Amino acid sequence: MGASAPRLTSRKLVMRETVSGYLFLLPSLVFFLVFVIYPMFMCIYTSFFDSNMGKNTTDVFIGLANYKELFQDQIFLGALKNTLIIVVVSVPTVCAFSLWVATAIYDMKPALTSAFRCIFYLPVVTGSVAVTVVWKWMYNNYYGIFNYVGKSMGFIEKNINWLGDAKYALWCIILILFTTSVGQPIVLYVSALGNVDQTLVEAAEVDGANRRQVFWKIKWPQIMPTTLYILIITTINSFQCFALIQLLTSGGPNHSTDTIMYYIYYTAFKLYRYGYGNAMGVVLMIIIAILSAIQFRMGQEK
Amino acid sequence: MLGKKSKLSRIITLAIIILLALLFTFPLYWIITGSFKTPKEVNSTTPVWWPSEFTMKNYEKLMSKLKAPLYELNIPFSQYFSEDGEPVAAVTGPTVPGAVRWLLNTVWMAVAAMLLTCITSALAGYSLAKKRFIGRGLIFTLIVCAMALPKQVILIPLIREMSSLKLYDTISAVIFPIVGWPFGVFLIKQFAESIPGEILEAARIDGAGEMRTFTQIVFPMIKPGVGALAIFTFINSWNDYFMQLIMLSSTKNLTISLGIAKMQAENSTDYGLIMAGAALASVPIIIVFLIFQKYFTRGITMGAVKG
Repeated sequence: MGASAPRLTSRKLVMRETVSGYLFLLPSLVFFLVFVIYPMFMCIYTSFFDSNMGKNTTDVFIGLANYKELFQDQIFLGALKNTLIIVVVSVPTVCAFSLWVATAIYDMKPALTSAFRCIFYLPVVTGSVAVTVVWKWMYNNYYGIFNYVGKSMGFIEKNINWLGDAKYALWCIILILFTTSVGQPIVLYVSALGNVDQTLVEAAEVDGANRRQVFWKIKWPQIMPTTLYILIITTINSFQCFALIQLLTSGGPNHSTDTIMYYIYYTAFKLYRYGYGNAMGVVLMIIIAILSAIQFRMGQEK
Repeated sequence: MLGKKSKLSRIITLAIIILLALLFTFPLYWIITGSFKTPKEVNSTTPVWWPSEFTMKNYEKLMSKLKAPLYELNIPFSQYFSEDGEPVAAVTGPTVPGAVRWLLNTVWMAVAAMLLTCITSALAGYSLAKKRFIGRGLIFTLIVCAMALPKQVILIPLIREMSSLKLYDTISAVIFPIVGWPFGVFLIKQFAESIPGEILEAARIDGAGEMRTFTQIVFPMIKPGVGALAIFTFINSWNDYFMQLIMLSSTKNLTISLGIAKMQAENSTDYGLIMAGAALASVPIIIVFLIFQKYFTRGITMGAVKG
């Protein structure tokens, strides 16, 4: 209990604090329990049932059958692989890129810093639908700007069907995901770098440390909590990659760009296999919880 | 301090940053210019970098599609009593293009989500930060755990819940889960931690009631946090495509993002029309962002401090 907490001397006062505390919490708690905690619980519960959301059918308890099926489902395993590729590629690149941009812009004139920060945040604000439809046009086989630029600069010889070719489709998606993911990390890094203790930096410079040494020995340890936070949110966001897939490729060609999130949607709303979709959701929750815990432990040890 | 070499490397870095900035703004540029291009320019195999003439045809086409009433005021809770489960309409507005209705739906959704989130989070964040009561630790742990889980996973069970509450395919079905998401409570709690306990105690000794203490003393002190949360919620709910996709289905109830996605599915090669829609969906929210970006940045960074 902090020193600022009011000293509670009698039982009556504790009761009063409890009642008023809960009254203040109540409106928020109602929404939280009804629209977040209850569905989370239902997600786990329904994953043990064969359920098709039909009005006249009832759910049948099937135990772990959904989970058993999951690990033999080639499409699910493919979606898991794609999701992991997206995470493994995008998380480090997003972190490194945003750190680099932030170090380059954080000590500019405030107006300039804020202008660049806005620009890199722009794809996030534009919204996933608007961003995706314009990229779909840019990737287009005939009228797309990528084929034109690629051909005129000599990178490619003939038009490539970027999104229709299983070889490229996933990478095209990762590129868009990248542009919509760096905005928030840059904002966070700029503010973290601005908060680095300047006296330490100056002391190191007096002692003859070069820029690189100052960065890795002084600044990097101080922005570690921010890095940790960025790692966690970028991982969660990459795992949840959905709108891009649904609008660009619908998981195609031939499920080659399915992610777990898209496959959950597909199972629940195209195949109407509600229980099976929830089982996947539970697996996704477990994976993310484990990864967050690992990242958190790594961050604390350093 | 700066040697010649480091000055040169700074200029190179700046040049790369500017180039990257141009690449990051390009999609938006392409949306806006694309929306004014003629079909011939849009479907040209050599890109037309700047429209030779600005045509409004794409916007006219956008406005001629999918009509819907401008607004419908329903008798509150009437869906629970009517025979078909549909709300009983009291007043129906004039018929307008779908896009106008979608924009109105989106604004209503974002504003309602923002207000509700700010009010509930301000009250709850203050309570968690400054009140000492039984079960406080448990509730806070629950909030932190929920935040670390993927939000989208709960959407499938939410559908069934919304259907049984007769809220499916209403804007409320999108608003309520946004309000329930505990990030706001967490953010305000961080702000409210810094309120000195002595002030609250002094107010109590002076005989101020709980509500009065909150409105007169606490709220002014957490106002920057609430401002940041407001703009953060507004922009995020505007762009929360997955939630909208799952909860809304009939043409009159769509949001602008959903409407554009629907048009894209139906006219996938008419890029001029789709860009006009994309411009309509993104330009308003970008303007809001640019006006309030200072608060927005603060919201993002505050959430991370002890995240």
